[in-house]
Amino acid sequence: MSGAPILTVDRLAMRFGGIVAVNDLSFDAERRKITALIGPNGAGKTTVFNCITGFYKPTSGAICLTHDDGKAVQLERLNDFRIAKLARVARTFQNIRLFPGMTALENLMVAQHNALMRASGLTFLGLIGAPSWRNAEQAAIDLSRTWLDRIGLLDRADDAAGNLPYGDQRRLEIARAMCTQPALLCLDEPAAGLNARESAALSELLLSIRADHGTSILLIEHDMSVVMEISDHVVVMDHGLKIAEGTPREIRDDPKVIAAYLGSDEEEAIAVMESGT
Amino acid sequence: MDYFAQQLINGLVLGSIYGLIAIGYTMVYGIVGMINFAHGDIFMIGGFIALITFLILVSFGLTAIPLILLVVLLVSMAITALYGWTVERIAYRPLRHSFRLAPMLSAIGMSFVLTNYSQVAQGARVKPVPPIITGGYTLHEGAEGFIVQLSNIQIIVVVTTVVLLALFTWLVSSTRLGRDMRACEQDQTMAALLGVDVDRTISMTFVIGAALAAVAGMMYLLYYGLVDFFMGFVAGIKAFTAAVLGGIGSLPGAMLGGLLIGLIETLWSAYFSVEYKDVAAFSILIVVLIFLPTGLLGRPEVEKV
Amino acid sequence: MTATPAAQTSRTPGAAFILKKSLISALVALVLFSLMIGIRTEAGPDGQLTYWTRFGDLAVMVAAVFGGSILIELLRQWWGPVDAGKVMPAPVQNALSLAGRLLPPALLVFTFLVPVLFYDERYILDLAILVLTYVMLGWGLNVVVGLAGLLDLGYVAFYAVGAYSYALLATNFGLSFWICLPLAGILAAFWGVLLGFPVLRLRGDYLAIVTLAFGEIIRLVLINWQTLTGGPNGVTGIPRPTLFGIPLTPADDGLAALLGIEFSPTHRIVFLFYIILALALLTNWVTIRLRRLPIGRAWEALREDEVACRALGINTTTTKLTAFATGAMFGGLAGAFFATRQGFISPESFTFHESALVLAIVVLGGMGSQLGVALAALTMIGGFELFRGLDQYRMLVFGMAMVLLMIWRPRGLVGHRAPTVFLARKEAISSDLVKEGHG
Repeated sequence: MSGAPILTVDRLAMRFGGIVAVNDLSFDAERRKITALIGPNGAGKTTVFNCITGFYKPTSGAICLTHDDGKAVQLERLNDFRIAKLARVARTFQNIRLFPGMTALENLMVAQHNALMRASGLTFLGLIGAPSWRNAEQAAIDLSRTWLDRIGLLDRADDAAGNLPYGDQRRLEIARAMCTQPALLCLDEPAAGLNARESAALSELLLSIRADHGTSILLIEHDMSVVMEISDHVVVMDHGLKIAEGTPREIRDDPKVIAAYLGSDEEEAIAVMESGT
Repeated sequence: MDYFAQQLINGLVLGSIYGLIAIGYTMVYGIVGMINFAHGDIFMIGGFIALITFLILVSFGLTAIPLILLVVLLVSMAITALYGWTVERIAYRPLRHSFRLAPMLSAIGMSFVLTNYSQVAQGARVKPVPPIITGGYTLHEGAEGFIVQLSNIQIIVVVTTVVLLALFTWLVSSTRLGRDMRACEQDQTMAALLGVDVDRTISMTFVIGAALAAVAGMMYLLYYGLVDFFMGFVAGIKAFTAAVLGGIGSLPGAMLGGLLIGLIETLWSAYFSVEYKDVAAFSILIVVLIFLPTGLLGRPEVEKV
Repeated sequence: MTATPAAQTSRTPGAAFILKKSLISALVALVLFSLMIGIRTEAGPDGQLTYWTRFGDLAVMVAAVFGGSILIELLRQWWGPVDAGKVMPAPVQNALSLAGRLLPPALLVFTFLVPVLFYDERYILDLAILVLTYVMLGWGLNVVVGLAGLLDLGYVAFYAVGAYSYALLATNFGLSFWICLPLAGILAAFWGVLLGFPVLRLRGDYLAIVTLAFGEIIRLVLINWQTLTGGPNGVTGIPRPTLFGIPLTPADDGLAALLGIEFSPTHRIVFLFYIILALALLTNWVTIRLRRLPIGRAWEALREDEVACRALGINTTTTKLTAFATGAMFGGLAGAFFATRQGFISPESFTFHESALVLAIVVLGGMGSQLGVALAALTMIGGFELFRGLDQYRMLVFGMAMVLLMIWRPRGLVGHRAPTVFLARKEAISSDLVKEGHG
């Protein structure tokens, strides 16, 4: 068991042509904690996510993920699917990316692809229907069932994901990410578009994920009630730079944060200020 | 060196013809996002109409070559444009907001229809015409007696292409129609909300593409002195290759791709083997796409996550 | 189609409207056909081009278009409201779904019995073999296009690789069909990987054009590499398959002589029929099986959303490659069968037209649906045969049918997807939700 932070972002920079989206950003995400990344629109939060999850290759800087057993992985050297597969970083997307034509259950089964590929002997054992494969498949279905139950979608398991209501799709995407058994779960605005009740349920789900699975969570969120309620640590970004970090309480009272929000969007600034009271 | 210069000229002329067809592909792709497989056949129809118009004019005793050419050009462009319009109206418009593969197959079907329509209507045999435009200039006489020639017909092909390209670039960049086309390319729904007649704009795209293909068909007729019902397929594939090579959706890209394909084909035939000229063109397409997945002048596709 | 009844009534065209519309159609037809049909050109014996007029034909065509437009408008008026009310009563729906469940086994039993039922009808047996070949090709391409959502316009290349692999191995090294069959499949799969590796990061129509180019390259090489492939003349004298080494010939060691029955050429046809049936069923079985394995689910997930696949740790490149190779392998097997059935192959059999036909079968079948593909192959190939009498109009009719079928059913005959795993109930997913892939 390692005491080091699960994720260390060190002097990360990302440029697109002449535009600097992220500049010299460093922060840590603690193990088994919920770290929130907040900031006004266009601050570069999603870009940071895309660098961490391998969709962008950072222009410079290092991103180090340390597993529980102390093994460290330099994420900026991995690309594409390898981050999810080898470093066990799972993510969700700002605009939900489920497999809409597949059922909720199938979505969760796809998430267990790598484990199932091994179990199916790279397809060949599965093709002849070997018992070991059948057991593995049943185990995968059971895991999916557990997650469907947790997000309250057990009775909709056989419905196409594209047919589910918006809030359910958000939760299903989180469950799908969890089915990859991640060490770090990255959520890109999980509460976007949810009503107050759904947001509360989401907070509960995330807290239970942290408690039951020991999964560390990194999230981008605009819904300050969620951020303030569940996060252990908050990193604030503006214009590609980190402007503040600390506990939710510290952040709420930080004049720099309020200025950043005021400068961009009054409503959001008010949300930040009112969220704790 | 002289030999090379001559092949260069020949390649540029062939490339101009491909470029003219490629513009039709690239425009349609840009605006409705489909490969118009019938476009090669539209080019073939253009060639046939030019041939028939020419025959009629000659049999009426017209002898003024420039006048004949002008009339042939206009008639061929007009009728072929109507073919382009009709094809869009019948085979593509009902499928505009459908599944992506449906219009593509509809286009392949339309291509079969046009090919076989010409075969049935005009017979399967190759239709030759006597050289209409003769003469040319000797650019350079080499020591071994090799002559670099630039024939009048080559000049006409290149000049026509350049003029049309200029006209067309102006059309897209500075007219109301061009603006509507670019708007539809970006976002059809938004364009419609802002008062652009999307149906009409798309129709016009097909009409313009077909008219340019007709010009290419006529140039092909003048340059090679023959047409046949099957010529649309190969020319179509190569022109589409040219459009992709140049970066689909980009007008200068289509022209550049056309010229490149023409040059590759000519030079390969001249220096290596005629049989494998198409293999060379297609192989280069594959190689270019591997390294520049959106073609030479295409906008790189930014993956939105 | 979702127009409200109110809109329907307000749009009901009057006679004047129909007449005006039809007149415009006729006018357009007149211009279109004026030169192409009104004038007929032909090269004379001395190479001089001549022409003659066919104004009679032109008038007939224009009149046909005029009449046709009126008819279509009238039909639209009568059928429009019925079309809008698409909701069927529950008993009808139940009956349909029952019929849908019973159809595949019924078709299968019927197919097994075809040689018994039509033993004396050589034509029907030949046609059945042809249909089954296309069913197999359709199922093979379905893996690539229908499941993985990769648009392959050069599928015929793998068919050609399979056919030439068998033909060349058999004629040059005397290898038997049963040894060459897996080899042909492996070689085709190998070519699939070879092509797939560099191009699979291309997306959408770029992939389509590259596969088309690849198909053309293979065909051109087959035409021009005369020393190996015999060029345009093709390969002749390809051996026929044997039954465990026993030839189906009238010779003394032939099957008929061994069984002590009278030899008939039909034996071989029936034998070929069951070979292709077995191959097609193998394709079907493997595909159905693969769909329920992680690899098959990954294919479908890839079609739905490639970015999400990557976020889940799925190696999209190898996933695409396996789809490509699997499809290519089935194409290769079908190709080897084609070679042994024909006894002669030439590059002419492997044109873009074939790729387009197989793709049309897959799309018309309803992407991803095994039953749909089989039905579409039957419709397309059977329909094409029906028009054999039309001679040169055949391709014209075929092209028009393709356009009309696409307009009629853009999502194919079977427009829903069956889930690969379920907890409580297996419910088909409407095709409106199923994505078509980007690649």
